[in-house]
This record gives sequence, structure tokens and C-alpha cells, in this order.
Amino acid sequence: MSNLSLPQTAAGNDGFEPRIVAFFCNWCTYTASDLAGISRMTYAPNTRVIRVMCSGRIEPQLILAALRKGADGVLIGGCHPGDCHYQVGNYKCLRRFKLLKRYFEQMGIEPERVRLEWIAASEGDKVQKVTNEMVEQVRKLGPLNLAEPPKPHHQAAVCAVAAEGAVS
Amino acid sequence: MSKPKAGFYWCASCGGCEESVVDLAEDLIAVVAAIDFAFFPCAMDFKREDVEAMKDGEMAVCFINGAVRSSEQFEMVELLRKKSQLIIAYGSCAHMGGIPGLANLYDLESLLKRVYSETESTDNPSGTRPLPQTTVPGGKLTLPTLDESVKSLDQVIPVDYYIPGCPPPTPLLKAAVEAVLSGKLPPKGSVLAPDHALCKECPRIDSKPEDLLIKEFKRPHEIQIDTEKCLLAQGLMCLGSGTRAGCAAVCIKGNMPCTGCMGPVSRVRDHGGAMMGAISSLLEYTEEDQIVAALDSVVDPVGTFYRYGVPASMMFRKHKAPAIGGH
Repeated sequence: MSNLSLPQTAAGNDGFEPRIVAFFCNWCTYTASDLAGISRMTYAPNTRVIRVMCSGRIEPQLILAALRKGADGVLIGGCHPGDCHYQVGNYKCLRRFKLLKRYFEQMGIEPERVRLEWIAASEGDKVQKVTNEMVEQVRKLGPLNLAEPPKPHHQAAVCAVAAEGAVS
Repeated sequence: MSKPKAGFYWCASCGGCEESVVDLAEDLIAVVAAIDFAFFPCAMDFKREDVEAMKDGEMAVCFINGAVRSSEQFEMVELLRKKSQLIIAYGSCAHMGGIPGLANLYDLESLLKRVYSETESTDNPSGTRPLPQTTVPGGKLTLPTLDESVKSLDQVIPVDYYIPGCPPPTPLLKAAVEAVLSGKLPPKGSVLAPDHALCKECPRIDSKPEDLLIKEFKRPHEIQIDTEKCLLAQGLMCLGSGTRAGCAAVCIKGNMPCTGCMGPVSRVRDHGGAMMGAISSLLEYTEEDQIVAALDSVVDPVGTFYRYGVPASMMFRKHKAPAIGGH
């Protein structure tokens, strides 16, 4: 499993630069990050943003896949409650997120490595603030360094395709 | 022409998989007429030396059940892989790690400490632990060692096919034996069971509401379970919506929710992750504190959603924070 490559930036504590996968919803948070860009706001370059149509698309498997493939943290951005383009997608995301955090506690993964924020299309400054906070938070926690599991032999080909598709 | 040889071996398992062979009942006669059991420690007196004496690939097929953790199990499955043309991971433990796989929530030392020193029934003031090697007046005694983690069979040796279930439904075993004998096998790596969710063949599917919303999750002992109504709609954690069919819904017919022993359908990589997503999103609340309160009724997320599959899940085992790095 290949790790996500990180451009060499100014090294932080112990030379550790957190790798954050950010899932932003198309209608609010992704638009907000565009706004932050055109407004020339600067913020930590540690996130790889993946645009999804709705935060309701973010299921636990995607977050697990990101961490498994080398992310140190996962940030999810969706529309404010009541503002979801699909009406209830962000609520579904919130329910899954709350359960996933409890799963992480049992699995020995700091729940602070995942964060869910509601960021409206006009809130470019909030993208900046949340991203910076998230990077600092994960920097404090340190690298995740999940132990590589034994590679399954002859895992059904269809499963492998599904897993690849989950993060591409 | 001599009959094809077959093996049936157990690793970390409970013996339920062997029971499912006995459950073939009259069909067992037809199976024994068609194949020779060359190795079946639970039922017949063959020894490891008999397997070692075989030519490579001498057995047409070997069914292996149980998860893999001890050094003996590692050696045996590697030996059986060499001597068998086909290896079939039989049952939830060989398929995904199974119930023994829940041990991956603990490190080995704390497990040993609990078992040999701390349990309420332990009387072991000198803290004696099993040793890999002990010298006694008669000679040297050895015991297998334990690996740090429990593994599914395909995490140790290449596996050709999987038969899921805890234990596997007998019709699946029968169909697999027939497929091996006739050579009509699906692509390698396949799970020899239907590739759709249990809901599709659930006898209660008509009572599953169009808009299923859950107020509170319940455990089976907490309510009087309606014998007709969709179990998920009653607030029970029924994993049928993301679990492979092929079990004839025996648990549902026994008025108990699906616990996921058949593993996920092929489109799902992480069974528990998919089920956590599917079931939690059915909560009817939109307020954060109400959601959190409702989720408090899920007392053990790993044991609920990953009961049979911690080793095969994306996380594999409980994470141990690295000694270096961090602050």
C-alpha cells in the first residue's frame, strides 16, 4: 500500500508534517475552500482535499481507508445543519461520525484525528482556521503509523477493486 | 481410479465447523464415497507425519477452519498448503479471524496476564506461565508459542476459496464438495456463497419500512422481540443489510438479529465500517446530543460490528501508539 506523498515543506516538530485527508462537500465546504483560495488566504498545505457531492457520502470505510493508506488525520467539511443540498446528508454524516469516534476509542486511535466541521460556502476564513487547527492538533498527536497488516493472499479481486475505488 | 484425497484441519476454532460436517447427515455417506479423508484430526487418527509423508499436492482439497495464532498452526497450515492443490478457508475464523480475532483488541502480554494471573478462578501464586520449552526428568517438553496477533488464514498462506459462516451452512459445504469434484469452480479467491445481502432473502423483508428510522438501539435481552416484524425496525442491531446471504436466515427464523458471521458481500471491503455507516445513519435525530445519547446504547461497537472480522478489517488490530514521535 503506497503512502500519500507529501511535498517537502518547512519541517515542524521532529520533522513531522501531518498528512490530512479532507473530504469537502461540493456545495458548501469545497466552495468555501475555493473562496479561501481566490481571497488569497494562506493556510497549512498539509491537506489533500477530496471533493465529494455531499458529506452524506462519507461513510466510515472511506475514513478508515484514508488512515490505512497513510493519513495521520481526516477532516470532513459539510453544510451547516438545515442547509444540506440533499436535505439530510450532513445529519447522516454526523451520526456516522459520532459512532466512528467510539470505534476509534476502542481501537486505540485518538478520536481527535478525525474532525467534522460545518463550513458554509461563504466561510472561506473558517476553512483557513479549521485547517490550521487540525494540522496543529495532529502535529501534537504525532504520526499515526498504523502497523501494516499481513497482506491477504488471494483476496477476492472484486474486493480489491472496491477498496481502491474507495479512495481514488 | 483412486478417489481424490481431502483434508479437514482446525486451528484456533471451537469445533463447530466440524459439527457442520456431521450435519451433512445422510449426504456424508455420498461425500465419503466420493473422496478419501487423508487427514481429519477431529474425527480420524492421522498424524502430522502422515501429512509430511504425502507428495506435494497429493490432497485435492484441504478445508481449514479456525484463526491462526500459534506457531504450531503456522507450521501446519504451511505444510497443508504444500500438500494440497486447493485450500478452502472454512468458517468465519479462517475467513476473517472470527471470534478469536477479537483478541486483537489486546496485546499478548495483557491476555496472558489476565488468563494466568488475574481471573477470579485463577490460583497461581507463583505466576507460572506455559513455556515454549521445559526440561523434565523424562526429557525435554515443548509447547507452541503465540503470535502477537490473531490472523485470518489468507493472512498466512494463499487461500483458493472461502466458505463463510459460524459455522458454515451445510448446503454450502455440500455445494463446494460437488464443485471441487466436478471441477466447476468460480474464479480463485471467490467466496462460495451467494453475493447478495441477507435482507434480500429475509422472511421478514416485507415488514421493513420504506423509511426506516431508529429511536434507540436495543439488545435482544432488553425487549420482547416481535416474531414477524423486521428486527432492525425494532431497534435491534441486525446486520443483514450488509452481510452475505446463504445461511437461510436461520438466526432471523430463531427470532435473533443477524450478527454478521457470513462476512460482507464482495462490494464491501470493511464489513464493520459499512455496517456502522448503514445503521447509525438510520437514527431519527438531528441534534448532536440526542445522537450521542442514542449511540450510548451501542455498548461495544467493535464487538457489535466486527464480531467475526477484526483481523480481516482495515485496522487489523488495536493500534499501539508508536514509542517514538508525538508529544
